[in-house]
Amino acid sequence: MRDRSTAPASLAELFITFNRLALHGFGGVLPWAQRVLVEERGWLTREEFVELLAFAQLAPGPNVCNLAIMFGDRHFGWRGAVVALAGMLVVPAALVLTLAILHGQFAQIPWVQRAVAGMAAVAAGLLIATALRLARTQPARWLALGVAAFVAVGVLRWPLVPVLAVLVPLGVGLAWRGAKEPATR
Amino acid sequence: MSTADLVALFMHFASLSPLAIGGALGTSPEMHRYLVDERAWMSHTQFVDSIALAQAAPGPNILFVTLLGWQAAGGPGALIATVGILLPSSLVCFYANRLQAAHRDARLVRAIRRGLSPIAIGLTLSAGWIIAVANDTDWKLALLTVAAIVVFLFSRRNPLWLIGAGAVAGAIGLV
Repeated sequence: MRDRSTAPASLAELFITFNRLALHGFGGVLPWAQRVLVEERGWLTREEFVELLAFAQLAPGPNVCNLAIMFGDRHFGWRGAVVALAGMLVVPAALVLTLAILHGQFAQIPWVQRAVAGMAAVAAGLLIATALRLARTQPARWLALGVAAFVAVGVLRWPLVPVLAVLVPLGVGLAWRGAKEPATR
Repeated sequence: MSTADLVALFMHFASLSPLAIGGALGTSPEMHRYLVDERAWMSHTQFVDSIALAQAAPGPNILFVTLLGWQAAGGPGALIATVGILLPSSLVCFYANRLQAAHRDARLVRAIRRGLSPIAIGLTLSAGWIIAVANDTDWKLALLTVAAIVVFLFSRRNPLWLIGAGAVAGAIGLV
């Protein structure tokens, strides 16, 4: 599995790539992280991306920032973690501050509000499509856990931490039992 | 804003950071209580606008905290808030990841990878669903979301043009 993914050549390439994927992330960076790291660069397989994402989500902090830290550390140690995170944050932070200064004048304009709503509708679709695409990496019976997480958190809007407190031990426990079987990896 | 206030601002975000499982937005009610109600460093509208703007703008949504810091204390506030919300959680993630990477092939670590992966996908789907339900207030916006799903699933083309199309469609009143 690992041998199908390549690696970033330098810290500069790492910075530029994370900067670029963050700047594409209108309404959310995750779909672009998946697209750039997996589909374009081939730095991660889809399976590896899901595994990194799983740890990134369970750790405190923003998923995509955690993903950058873990990915950067994997290839360049702590320097890579810092560079990938900085790549993701520095330019977008300057941009969002600039927008905030303008925002005071523009936010209440109806066409701006509708433009943002149109953009958010697409961004939501990208996130949903990313989840569906990643779901293909999973054996069908394991997807039951994903469906349970979606129903509890997405549809029923139950608070995240209690849901995870049930689903995480359940998932890890089932996998622990299954890990004995020679058929599973 | 005094140095003591900047320290208080930093400590506020740093103390919420380790609690921000699934992203910092879940801790935003506590931020609102502290920044708006208790300290009155910004108005309710400034608070809500900061979240909306960071979500629409390119970049990680955590940048809403940068904006909150800026609203509270200008440039130094923006820097202090961003470092405060990210540093503790990033250190936890960094060392936890090193621990699991060092034991990649251990049975427990393999079980964690196997068991968590489908949950991660379910949570990602939830995030998209929640945004869609909140944002898509009429059938045209919902149609735009469905179109984005279909295009992203079945086309290899860069979907950035679709985000632009969504913005234009909104701006000229098509959706």
